[in-house]
Amino acid sequence: MKIEAKGVYYKELNEKVREAVKGGEKDIVLDNVNGQYFIGDGIKGKGVSITINGVPGNDMAAFMDGPTIRVNSNAQDNICNTMNSGKVIVEGNAGDVLGYGMRGGRLFVRGNVGYRIGIHMKGHGKLSPVIISGGKAGDFFGEYMAGGVLILLGLNAKNGEAIVGDYLGTGMHGGVIYIRGEVDPENVGKEVGILDPDEKDMKQLRGYLEEYCKDLDLDIEDVMSKPFKKLLPVSARPYGNLYAY
Amino acid sequence: MFKSQALTEYIAKIDTNKCIRCKRCIQNCGWGVYSWGGDKVNIDTNKCVKCLRCYHYCPVEAIDIVDNPTFYKRNHNWSFQHIKNIKKQAETGGIPLTGMGCDLDYPVLFDNLLLDACQVTNPSIDPLREPMELRTFLGKKPSRLDIKRDKKGKLKLKTKMTPQIELRSPFMFSPMSFGSISLNAQKVLAMAAKECGIVMNTGEGGLHEDLYPYKTNVMVQVASGRFGVNPEYLNAGVAVEIKIGQGAKPGIGGHLPGEKIPLQVAKTRMIPIGTDALSPAPQHDIYSIEDLRQLIYALKEATEYKKPISVKIATVHNVAAIASGIARAGADIIYLDGFRGGTGAAPTVIRDHMGIPIEHAVAAVDDRLREEGIRNEASIVAAGGIRSAGDAAKAIALGADACAIGTTALMTMGCTVCGKCYTGNCSWGITTQRPELTARLDPEVYGQRLMNLIRAWNHELMEILGALGVNSIESLRGSRERLRGVGLDSATLDMLGVKPAGR
Amino acid sequence: MNHDYQKDIAGCGLTGLISKKKNRLDGSHIKKSLSLMNDRGNGLGAGYAAYGIYPELPEHYAFHVMYDYSSSRMEAEELLKANYEIEKIEEMPTAPVKEITVSPLLMRYFVKPKKDKVRADLSEEDFVVKTIMQINSEVEGAYIFSSGKNMGAFKGVGNPAEIADFFKLEEYEGFTWTGHTRFPTNTPGWWGGAHPFTLLDWSIVHNGEISSYGINKRYLEMFGYKLTLLTDTEVVAYLFDLLLRKHGLDIETACSALAAPFWKDIDKMDEGDREVYTAIRMAYGSALLNGPFSLLFGHKNGLVGINDRIKLRPLVAATKDDMVYMASEESAIREICAEPEHVWSPKAGEPVIVEFDK
Repeated sequence: MKIEAKGVYYKELNEKVREAVKGGEKDIVLDNVNGQYFIGDGIKGKGVSITINGVPGNDMAAFMDGPTIRVNSNAQDNICNTMNSGKVIVEGNAGDVLGYGMRGGRLFVRGNVGYRIGIHMKGHGKLSPVIISGGKAGDFFGEYMAGGVLILLGLNAKNGEAIVGDYLGTGMHGGVIYIRGEVDPENVGKEVGILDPDEKDMKQLRGYLEEYCKDLDLDIEDVMSKPFKKLLPVSARPYGNLYAY
Repeated sequence: MFKSQALTEYIAKIDTNKCIRCKRCIQNCGWGVYSWGGDKVNIDTNKCVKCLRCYHYCPVEAIDIVDNPTFYKRNHNWSFQHIKNIKKQAETGGIPLTGMGCDLDYPVLFDNLLLDACQVTNPSIDPLREPMELRTFLGKKPSRLDIKRDKKGKLKLKTKMTPQIELRSPFMFSPMSFGSISLNAQKVLAMAAKECGIVMNTGEGGLHEDLYPYKTNVMVQVASGRFGVNPEYLNAGVAVEIKIGQGAKPGIGGHLPGEKIPLQVAKTRMIPIGTDALSPAPQHDIYSIEDLRQLIYALKEATEYKKPISVKIATVHNVAAIASGIARAGADIIYLDGFRGGTGAAPTVIRDHMGIPIEHAVAAVDDRLREEGIRNEASIVAAGGIRSAGDAAKAIALGADACAIGTTALMTMGCTVCGKCYTGNCSWGITTQRPELTARLDPEVYGQRLMNLIRAWNHELMEILGALGVNSIESLRGSRERLRGVGLDSATLDMLGVKPAGR
Repeated sequence: MNHDYQKDIAGCGLTGLISKKKNRLDGSHIKKSLSLMNDRGNGLGAGYAAYGIYPELPEHYAFHVMYDYSSSRMEAEELLKANYEIEKIEEMPTAPVKEITVSPLLMRYFVKPKKDKVRADLSEEDFVVKTIMQINSEVEGAYIFSSGKNMGAFKGVGNPAEIADFFKLEEYEGFTWTGHTRFPTNTPGWWGGAHPFTLLDWSIVHNGEISSYGINKRYLEMFGYKLTLLTDTEVVAYLFDLLLRKHGLDIETACSALAAPFWKDIDKMDEGDREVYTAIRMAYGSALLNGPFSLLFGHKNGLVGINDRIKLRPLVAATKDDMVYMASEESAIREICAEPEHVWSPKAGEPVIVEFDK
């Protein structure tokens, strides 16, 4: 089902999307999207697929639970905000504060991501959100991270160029971050340890990346051709001694 | 011989059932309250000052120090202190002395000011996980910079910068001289200052050779007594301070009793052992503002313009005009000591009735320097009544560049503000030169405690900045927009440049 | 000392475009771009700045003035006539817009200071600034909201399209345009409260709240600026004026005072840079803009975009041929440039400086 979005205000557009989903529509294409906020917010349903042509506005896929959204362009800020499950694939770059408090599902970005990615991502038992960016990221990557997996590939980085900003994993107290290439310890939050992934890690990592490569038509061996660093929180309570009782 | 009619203030009690006769109280008390009576500890409660040293060192908690229940008849007009001082004066004809800062119930404006915090329209910042900057420079700043780019596009600074004191956070320790406090107490200050990247201040007693290793974190003082001042001393620290006055005793000089002048103090000060060390009331080379300029520049010459010069004054009524004059006389730092500031010894009548609070002084001085367009000419240090990081944040918001703490620092060494510093009997080993008392103040142990305090205050300051949504101390400095007054009259609010809460 | 003011707080969206070859575009583009971000404002304030719009009188200061009362106009004009050669006085052209029911009287003056007013110690520009400060703070109901040469600000209470239509922006052609939609949380009824804020050729549109407003304001007051508008944006305009015009810093250096590098990063610099940036932070600490912001700064030689040093407000930039675009959201750019060549998000505190081709 195609929905023309040109000049349509977000309320109307999202109403149409919700109606289509409720009506059992499994394959929805939004054409000429430009800047409409809140697309796919709170919608439910496994097997529902939404394709977006154009740049969707802020807060896309917030609280989303199940569907898959493919954006054939760049995406703006705050997407996958507190998302519960489902998948978002972005063919271009995406903005700041992606996957804030994300609880499950996948966010795959082909290109760069902005500042504060995966803030306070959650994870418990089998519920484990995954964010993968093929490009570079800004400061505060994985800030307050409590669970899930963040992977940064830097496939577009020039030789020697840093692929991640400062304050990496600051406040991290759960989950795991994988960075393809070297990590400068000076840019890493004090509560984070930098490790070399072991065999089990690499198997898990390959699993996530195979899915990513399939979705974005990339060669998994290319992606795996460089060593990764693994970042883990080194203390569950890094600030315990800051307080007096 | 009549018994003194000045009532004993405290009653020291020992529960003889609990007491194990270990005699620790006898060893610990510097006042001679306790003595051994053969089978139990005898108590001369008249000597007790409630410093609580014995209480802390009694292993079985057998000691209790209580206020004397035989109080003078309660009277709102005639307080205990009024009556006691009259009795004392009648008996001696003397001026009652006191130590520490004014303890009367004057309004504390810090307690009538509240800080802002962010909600919705701007975000607060997490100080633990995001950058938060407290670095502070004290000294004259140029009002504008001349910066040019060279052919390669690299920036070149054409403006000549004047020397600064760099502080890791906007705190420093107030001047407390060797003599008024023990060498060990000075070592505590020096060690903590070095570890915390801030500075201690020698006070006017010179710099003992043991403190030279800490000189990158020491500010040396030149006061009217000129104790221990030589070219090496002037160039030893990071800055030189001219002491004009002290908040607790504006307008009067210093008087270090002979009991506190043993050999080491006498040597550092170059005066006879056991004589009273007298600091004249004024600096006798400064009878007017142009004379201050002369001394400032004499010191600048002697230190080859490598050290910022600070001028410390007690905050008196006309503080704004005085501070303006000090800035124009060439001082790099103006150290304001509020009337609640501490002292080792001061006449009670002076301490309790002279000067103005630091809150008013900072506001007035900051305003005046801004009105005259010379706020950049000198940094402002606020001292005299900073009790917490909250007070410090408020002082900074009113316009201070940094805050100095004295009493607060001594408290980390055990001080309980008993106010008897002038006797030289301090049981905590702080304001005494008696070797058996000073030996108990281990600089390593207490240096760590003082470091802890500064570390905790730094964190508190960062929490405050974070809640205010700024990540650098200079964005709070002078930002009175982030303060509101509660229960203050409009004249006071106007004077402080602060709006009432709710507006 | 006036401290009893109510500070104005507003959220917003901004957009800007510039032709490096100085090709002139009419106001419909910026209107279209800004209108896309209506949801970043609440319809209670919008405005635009345009450069190159008065080619027929390029050397005259173009004063755009709002008057609440006819007496304000009389008083202000008396002052202007006494001090300026006035080339032209006219009502600003406006078109009726249904949603805009009330507006102040809007006048436009093309002026030059009288020769004898400019002295060695008071440059022409200083004299103009003095006039603006005087009228805005002393003449009740009068407000000069634009004062540059060959440029102008257009702003008021309404949404982006309403304000653009009201001022007939499609009839102006400029090589730089900025626009701003506003979400005021108090004093929403005043036309002067909308962005951009301008002084001489400087214009600022700004998103976010400057948490350091209190000290920035007091710092500027020390240099004789009168802050009458109680918004943080006014502070930004005057800070640029101080650092660029009065202190002679270049734009990049001025930006490094307003969004200063962190000490942690300064400590890692080589000795020369460390000396410069330490001095900047020491001397201009009170000019540091702290808190969330992104802003566009227009001037006669180009356009600058910058955001705060931990990037709490968004800014996207894009290029296409000789055009450079900057906006709060990428979609606002794509609305008027569907296929940009290069789209990027500037790093925290790192200015995007665009100058005209030589």
